[in-house]
Amino acid sequence: MAERSFAKEVKQLRVGDGTVFHGEGILAITKALLENGVGYVGGYQGAPISHLMDVLADAQEILGELGVHFEASASEATAAASLAASVHYPIRGAVTFKSTVGTNVASDALANLASGGVTGGALVIVGEDYGEGSSIMQERSHAFAMKSQIWLLDPRPNLPSIVKSVGDGFALSEASNTPVMLQVRIRCCHVTGEFTARDNKAPEMTVREALENPTRDVERIVLPPASFKHEHEKIEKRWPAAVKYIKDNQLNENFGPQEAPVGLVIQGGMYNGVIRALQRLGLADIYGDTQVPIYCLNVVYPLIEDEFLGFCQGKKAVLVVEEGQPNYIEQAFGSMLYRAGATVKLCGKDPFPQAGEYTGQVMLESLHAFLAEHAAELLPPTGRASNAPPPATVPALADVVPPRPPSFCTGCPERPIFAATKLVEQELGHHHIASDIGCHLFSINAPFDLGATTMGYGLGPASASALNDKGAARRSISFLGDGGFWHNGLTSSIGNALFNENDNVIVIVDNYYSAATGGQDILSSRAENKTKSTKHPIADAVRGMGVKWVRQIDRTYDVGRIQATLKEALTTDETGPKVIVASSECMLNRQRREKPMVARALNDGKRVLKTRFGVDEDVCTGDHACIRLSGCPSLSVKTLADPLRDDPVAAIDQSCVGCGNCGEVADAAVLCPSFYQADVIHNPTGSDTRRHRRTRRIIDWLQARRDARRLRFAQL
Amino acid sequence: MTLHDLPELPVSGKDTTDAILKLAVLAVGGQGGGVLTNWITDLARRGGYRAQATSVAGVAQRTGSTIYYVEMTPDTGRDPVFCLSPAPGDVDILIAAELMEAGRAMMRGFVTPDRTTLIASTHRVLATTEKVVPGDGRVDAGPVIEAARSSAYRAVCLDLERAATEVGSVISASLFGALAGSRALPFDRELFEETIRASGRGVEASLRAFDAGFRGATGDRETGTTQSAHSAPAGVSSGENPVPIIAMPKAAPAMDADVPPEGPEHQLDGWKTLTDRIDAFAEPVAGRARRGLAKVVDFQDLAYGAQYLDLLDQAVAGDSAEGEWAFSREAAKYLANALCYDDLIRVADLKTRASRDKRLRREQGVDSDAIVQVTEYFHPRAQEVVGAMPAAMGRWFENRETRMAWLDRRVNKGRRLRTDSLSGFLQLWFVSSLKPWRRRLLRHDQEMAHLNEWFGLALRERAADYRLGVEILRCRRLIKGYSDTHARGLSKFDRVIGGLELLRGRDDAADWLRRLRDAALSDEDGDALDGALRTIASF
Repeated sequence: MAERSFAKEVKQLRVGDGTVFHGEGILAITKALLENGVGYVGGYQGAPISHLMDVLADAQEILGELGVHFEASASEATAAASLAASVHYPIRGAVTFKSTVGTNVASDALANLASGGVTGGALVIVGEDYGEGSSIMQERSHAFAMKSQIWLLDPRPNLPSIVKSVGDGFALSEASNTPVMLQVRIRCCHVTGEFTARDNKAPEMTVREALENPTRDVERIVLPPASFKHEHEKIEKRWPAAVKYIKDNQLNENFGPQEAPVGLVIQGGMYNGVIRALQRLGLADIYGDTQVPIYCLNVVYPLIEDEFLGFCQGKKAVLVVEEGQPNYIEQAFGSMLYRAGATVKLCGKDPFPQAGEYTGQVMLESLHAFLAEHAAELLPPTGRASNAPPPATVPALADVVPPRPPSFCTGCPERPIFAATKLVEQELGHHHIASDIGCHLFSINAPFDLGATTMGYGLGPASASALNDKGAARRSISFLGDGGFWHNGLTSSIGNALFNENDNVIVIVDNYYSAATGGQDILSSRAENKTKSTKHPIADAVRGMGVKWVRQIDRTYDVGRIQATLKEALTTDETGPKVIVASSECMLNRQRREKPMVARALNDGKRVLKTRFGVDEDVCTGDHACIRLSGCPSLSVKTLADPLRDDPVAAIDQSCVGCGNCGEVADAAVLCPSFYQADVIHNPTGSDTRRHRRTRRIIDWLQARRDARRLRFAQL
Repeated sequence: MTLHDLPELPVSGKDTTDAILKLAVLAVGGQGGGVLTNWITDLARRGGYRAQATSVAGVAQRTGSTIYYVEMTPDTGRDPVFCLSPAPGDVDILIAAELMEAGRAMMRGFVTPDRTTLIASTHRVLATTEKVVPGDGRVDAGPVIEAARSSAYRAVCLDLERAATEVGSVISASLFGALAGSRALPFDRELFEETIRASGRGVEASLRAFDAGFRGATGDRETGTTQSAHSAPAGVSSGENPVPIIAMPKAAPAMDADVPPEGPEHQLDGWKTLTDRIDAFAEPVAGRARRGLAKVVDFQDLAYGAQYLDLLDQAVAGDSAEGEWAFSREAAKYLANALCYDDLIRVADLKTRASRDKRLRREQGVDSDAIVQVTEYFHPRAQEVVGAMPAAMGRWFENRETRMAWLDRRVNKGRRLRTDSLSGFLQLWFVSSLKPWRRRLLRHDQEMAHLNEWFGLALRERAADYRLGVEILRCRRLIKGYSDTHARGLSKFDRVIGGLELLRGRDDAADWLRRLRDAALSDEDGDALDGALRTIASF
């Protein structure tokens, strides 16, 4: 079950014609898929489209009613490959994943799909993880569209435009027998808004009908000689068909006056940012009515040559607003203008910066610079200088404000794994540590500072595979999450290590979910899932492959055990990969699962034990060694009222979930006796109470006796 | 802030987005920024506005900085074009759910004097880099508060975390209250409360926190129900910033050391004799000495207190008001700390006291009747056990590695004691009962030898360089912790004091010794200290 439930929101997916639909971008996309008669949907979670997968999972009942199949794909490659259902059958299919990383993984299937072409509309919804809030390398999906000749939609970031582009995408795909990518950026996925809904439509052909009436066409299979024909077909048939559809249906939009000295050619996704800059320059009103003409590319690939050349007609200069690099669109336009012998000045990455997000400031400065140079008359007198508020001096706080990167949550079961690793390193020295994608990658930051590289999802051990020398006195340690393991780590990392007789150590961090993406279930999840098969142990898969040295640890909070196991793995004489599967449930999901149960039990008067940790402030000496092995948000420091103390002492706040890491670390690292664990018994039984009273009486007597014989200081 | 009249048509040269209100929320993941954002957009719609919210909430980013952004404008029936992210110099209301997030917002230019109402909670959620420092790594909040005062058009800065938790709610509600109280939005208080009610979960607690935030933001001047939006100061035209509301969280009050102890009559007499000796000291010394004496007597007994004062007398003897009694004041502090070393007996004593049980229950929020199972985490090594042996016997073990190894094999393991059970409690009780014999134990011998060496050194150096003597006393701060941590502290102490050879005779010797100590406290491995020592060696 995913971290966020959309059970309430998906009810809206049933609304029909004319109803106003409120919600986030991703929810609107789901609704649009249903309105357009999609036959199957699939995908792989990952920000910013994780919630799209969650919405689809929560909407399975509605999908089922319409005869729409939902597939939680094993990887982006699986998702892309599933679009093969639209090759021979006139079924509309949509898959989603994060880009560019997901598109990287999917590209083999996407290239094959694009080569043979499709019959039913095939839509790939990519969440473009670029700019602020992104967690991956900064690249563009645009290149994938160009290399495989998949059409790329980049709609304006508002709900009606996104919804329309889903329908346009299917129709364009069918009109040109080509898969279509629909790109949505981070904020667009989470933007709130409204649009007027239409009735949902059952697919014209369901997957069941396709299964029962199989067809094949050897011309569509990617193997010579068909593959050579495909290339020609792309250029001679599909491309012109796409161009015609885009023009006939006016997928690209024009805003502003016909006549003007300059114009802007923009990616649809940049529209709101461009309008904001124009608004701030006094050249557009709050509804987007602009004095500067805009040619808005809701389809950024293919480009429509005559539309563009027509837009440039009579203008002195045009500015291409294209975020990211390389500037493929600008280059293509440059080539078109050159061939047409045009004299219009083409601007783009100058005045815009070559690299980086087009933030509000970048947009304002670059548009202003462009207009000041090529159409100063458009700018108001003050605007020719600048009408932006005088730049306020930004306070110099860089040395004060500490960085706050994302980190492990309170009670995270991965924390003790890295605490143990740090302890092992303190004993055995530093090792080459390969990290992977997932929450466990937070180990690279304070307080653990562990990990040298990250090469892709499920590729942690693979990324250490070259560092394979049987004569070496030290082994490498690779981390890999359960999500990455099932995504492709099983073969690319474990299988590879086994085959290549790698002696190094692999730690699989199993937290029962694909946790970093929002807690979706995967094969090894322990949860009952109504529509998916779970509870397939990772250790079984690893052993089944042939790995001999496998250790399953079922409670990661046992720091001492992890430490000992890791040490054994690093020092044993046994050959072949040493695989440790460290399993404990993601605390965020566990809390979400258990909290209502505990509340119910408390309500019913059942005996409930609630655990939290504390620090004896008079025992703690304020060295913070415990924090250097934890970094838990609930473990902080506080100043004591005692004027004889210099350093703040450790303190645990109310948010502690009693995971046990503090006590375990204090024990394993032989730190100090300051931590205590308090288990409060709610609704105690009779025997609890009797035992408590008996013990209490004796302890009270002992304490009173000693207190009577010594001086007691109120302030201590 | 600008007044929100109906949107205007574009007028050349005028920023047409004056008609759009822009609000950003900066929070630490998990603080409920999403809830607050939903409330704000819902409020806007209830108030007849069109609103749009966006976030970059990465799913896994639960402890990192997050940002939410809302734009709103009066609904005219036509769709406005809103922006999806805040721009520097273009934010009307900035809500920061933590003080350093307010600082981050200011660094990013989201708080400007011409327009931004800054609503910030002044509490701290410490960043990991602040917490891991062996000394005190917390940053100074002063510059951020100063910046808030000068960067914001209006600043409403107070501890909204406490305001919320005191009434059993969470910070999103008190921030919403402060937003209402700030009058930066053109909506009445009722509409805010209606929005909370409509959200349907934890409504009563949220309303209480809302009220606390509201009252805090209005400086408690009004509990008002209806306030026109137009009473808000009108934006850019205003030359001067309104009086900011800035209230920092209160530090815990220092305990009064003069509360006389309670206890048996003859001991109280003994106490009186000792405090009479302190009364002879100059006041700056006496205040600390009283506190130190209480600590020492509590640690052992009155005789130990007398020993403390004997040592302190040596400090006071060569001291005067000329140096503001710095040496004696530091001696009063660090002698007490040195005498009260962290041995097994002390830990066992502290953990078996009635006052400890009381504090534990307060921290865990349970009353005296509740049943609490308490587990203590101990991990003694041979060193600790040997330290608790009579000195001769302890040395016999210590002098032979094989004996120590033998002992270590028997004792060195994690022990979890349930001190709510009789067996667990009695084990600690037994250890704490060794207190009367403490002076004969090996650990005491070792501690006193170290103390005498350190204090003697400070006294000697004081004769030539008063400030250097003071700094030597302060180096005692480096020794803390248990087991390896204690050993590491001792080694840092030795290395810092070792630097003395190179410093002696220099005018700035005291400054350098202070720098060495600060360096030693700044990281675990002592890399900064090594660097500082290399610098000294290069003199």
